[in-house]
Amino acid sequence: MKSAVITFPGSNCDRDMHVALNRFGFKNKMVWHNDNELPKSDLVVLPGGFSYGDYLRCGSMASKSKIMQSVIKFAKSGGLVMGICNGFQILVESGLVPGVLLRNKYLEFICKNVFVKIDNKDNPYFKNLDKEVFEFHIAHNEGNYFCTNDQLKEIQDNNQVAIYYCNDNGKTEEKFNPNGSLKNIAGIFNKEKNVLGMMPHPERMIDESLSGEDGSIFFKNLINNIK
Amino acid sequence: MEVNQQIAIDHGLKKEEYKKICDLLKRIPNLTELGIFSAMWNEHCSYKSSRLHLKKLPTSGKKVIQGPGENAGVIDIEDGDAIVFKIESHNHPSFIEPYQGAATGVGGIMRDVFTMGARPIANLNSIHFGSSQHKKTKNLLRGVVHGIGGYGNCMGVPTIAGQTSFDSSYNGNILVNAMTLGLVKKNKIFYSKAAGLNKPVIYVGSKTGRDGIHGASMASASFDEKIEEKKPTVQVGDPFTEKLLLEACLELMAGDSIIAIQDMGAAGLTSSSIEMASKGNLGIELNLNKVPCRESKMTPYEIMLSESQERMLIVLENGKEDLAKKIFDKWDLDFAVIGKTTNTKNIELYYDEKQVASIPINTLVENSPMYDRKWKKTKLPKKNLIKKEEFKKFKIKEVLNKILSNPNVCSKEWIWQQYDHTVMGDTIQKPGGDSGVVRVHGTDKAVAATVDSSAIYCWAHPLTGGKQVVCESWRNLISVGATPIAITNCLNFGSPEKEENMGEFVECVQGIGEACEYLKFPVVSGNVSFYNQTKEIGIKPTPSIGGVGLIKNYKQMITMDFKEINSLVLIIGKTEGHIDQSLFARNILNEKNGPPPEINLFNEKNNGESVLQLIKDNLVRSAHDVSIGGIITAVSKMCIKGNKGIEFNKPKYFISEIEYLFCEDQGRYVIEIDPKNLKKVISILNKNSVHFDELGKIIDKNMIINQKTKVTIDELKSYNTNWLSNYMN
Repeated sequence: MKSAVITFPGSNCDRDMHVALNRFGFKNKMVWHNDNELPKSDLVVLPGGFSYGDYLRCGSMASKSKIMQSVIKFAKSGGLVMGICNGFQILVESGLVPGVLLRNKYLEFICKNVFVKIDNKDNPYFKNLDKEVFEFHIAHNEGNYFCTNDQLKEIQDNNQVAIYYCNDNGKTEEKFNPNGSLKNIAGIFNKEKNVLGMMPHPERMIDESLSGEDGSIFFKNLINNIK
Repeated sequence: MEVNQQIAIDHGLKKEEYKKICDLLKRIPNLTELGIFSAMWNEHCSYKSSRLHLKKLPTSGKKVIQGPGENAGVIDIEDGDAIVFKIESHNHPSFIEPYQGAATGVGGIMRDVFTMGARPIANLNSIHFGSSQHKKTKNLLRGVVHGIGGYGNCMGVPTIAGQTSFDSSYNGNILVNAMTLGLVKKNKIFYSKAAGLNKPVIYVGSKTGRDGIHGASMASASFDEKIEEKKPTVQVGDPFTEKLLLEACLELMAGDSIIAIQDMGAAGLTSSSIEMASKGNLGIELNLNKVPCRESKMTPYEIMLSESQERMLIVLENGKEDLAKKIFDKWDLDFAVIGKTTNTKNIELYYDEKQVASIPINTLVENSPMYDRKWKKTKLPKKNLIKKEEFKKFKIKEVLNKILSNPNVCSKEWIWQQYDHTVMGDTIQKPGGDSGVVRVHGTDKAVAATVDSSAIYCWAHPLTGGKQVVCESWRNLISVGATPIAITNCLNFGSPEKEENMGEFVECVQGIGEACEYLKFPVVSGNVSFYNQTKEIGIKPTPSIGGVGLIKNYKQMITMDFKEINSLVLIIGKTEGHIDQSLFARNILNEKNGPPPEINLFNEKNNGESVLQLIKDNLVRSAHDVSIGGIITAVSKMCIKGNKGIEFNKPKYFISEIEYLFCEDQGRYVIEIDPKNLKKVISILNKNSVHFDELGKIIDKNMIINQKTKVTIDELKSYNTNWLSNYMN
């Protein structure tokens, strides 16, 4: 399986994602933001970081960079595109998934483990997983998901919420919400479910010495689903 | 403008220093030249008050590749790998403008590390604020933490450990010390020594603006009521540009184009160009019209003294300009050939085709002033005579509550949760432990790092305090299973022109030196920050020690959380009941006098090496050193982190229970072992003549001290975790 990770100026989780994808069997290529063409890939990842310094608005300048034309084309043709953290912000800014990401409610950067609940397994990312609650890691300043009421209705009608913040038992109450996001939303799909944007970093949880191993479960399952 | 003595004084130079400049030049300098002298001769750049004493520190050893004198120190971690590291202060700017001051402190130290060819792999910091009651403390703390996070998070370098303290002596002068570790291949280290004639001198990075002019001079003066007016001397950081600069520099360093490279830190273009030429025994010629400027009509004086951030100066091999330019273009960074190396041994500056300065480089460096300042020795204070009956009136549980929630002991999670500590995917011990630990990417090795200071002990008796901080660093590395290798130090003191403050400096340095020598734990880099002083009041002497150690197999790393019920808990090292200068004495008895706990270097080394041996033999389940707050504080943290309790044995000593639990005798560790291994452990400890006691046994949810005292883990947690977040919200 082939994957591609895009490096924007200011990306800083590109290497971590590269390491994770390779570890679980992908043949990953790094792609420079100024390139025109994507290499042939089964999965394209927009990694975390501070593309263009997060200046203007997080993800907004990256969403206009050269390679994004190809990424958008790839997504529209049904290709799998996953955006993590800053990558999620880029997806939102490029219109591939609905909504916006605001500054965290308490105006502080948060780096910690959180639990998330998978809402919908009818998609290539979560299909065949045998549990619903995952312990993932977040590290962001702007992860407070927001959208209009109309958008929310559409998102819910189409089962587009990918994951919610919750506790270890899967309870999705407000008190388990680290950043104030609407309805505890931590990740979201496009209508077709081939594009996934989420704040948590599964690539930081890929061996027992790190924050945990739930990332390994996610990646192993993902490559099996794509095969 | 004609230069005269008054203008020199306004530049922070002394009368006799101005005279020396005129004598050396055999003429009166012009304003640009005077600015250059003032930048090179100020305390921050010239170390004129400290050089004499710093020379006495041990700086070499089997593992030392580069000691002090370069951008950072370098140590060998085997297999062709090396760690580049250094700590640096950014105190004065952080008090004036906490966000930018702290952010650029972090940016500056990372630049020092990647200038040497190393990719930064971990950041640490040591930050000190005034009393929690002081009106400025909250905002300063918030600003500094946001600044450190804002810069480090954007760079994608994990912040893995740190230290925060509160003391009223920092009310008018906070301390912000930032430390960075970088990883490099031993044969790919870059230095700042220029070599060869007519080599192009390249400027890369951000454009030069009018920010931070005379920043280094500001950092070399005391504060007064007009301090707010100094805001324009604080630099403004742009971590995004630094991230690009890091990637571009490392890309260029992969080839063989660079002869020498130096970041533009304090005193900007002035010190970077002069240092490179001086080390190579060369001259340097710069055309200032070629310097990329952010603002129009900047004068040579401003260009030379600007401290705009995220800039580097490179001496390149001839003919490599195009190749280098291509890399910097790719990363959207400025690139300009601004001069060349010469054989004149002068720095010569041109602007609008006229020579605007010409100074022999040796007058700026070798001939810079060096002072043997007067200093006063501190006598060891007399021991307090606290009556034993005094202790009886205290209830252990109440005291424990106060100690665990003390601002200097309580959990700092509110702070480190704002730092990205997991990016790069190799952080295997997060903040909150004895040391932060990161794996050496793709290997079985890991590097541990810690930063420590003990201003109270240093203030009570600088010689003992100096030794103690080094020992504390050593212990924190051992407690995670790392073999200590070397330290970097950041020496924060008051005015060297006051005999008491200078005395504190001299004796702390002496103490640091003695401990480093004995423990074979050399100093490879560091910096000195004097004039942490508002009007007549200086801070408590605060040397911050950044220690680095190696774990050969990262799976042998130890954490402090209690692991298993029924494990035995031992305390290594002797408990004698030294209560003076302890947190208990100062905060519960309100007794601020007396000597700090004594340091016995023999025991320190012997105890530490024995604990390390036990860890390497896989006999230790968890470990934690005993520091402020004594045994019970150390054990409480192990309980909280492991969510387990302990039943204490009755102490065998003729000291009161309070003294036993809260005293701060040095050289001690708490370790958890499997009861099955007790014999093995005892035989090793006995063989090494290490004193130990059986402290107790791990149980489920409670800490049980005697018939009367029982504390639940939830109570311990609530004592320890709430203070800071409540205070900040």
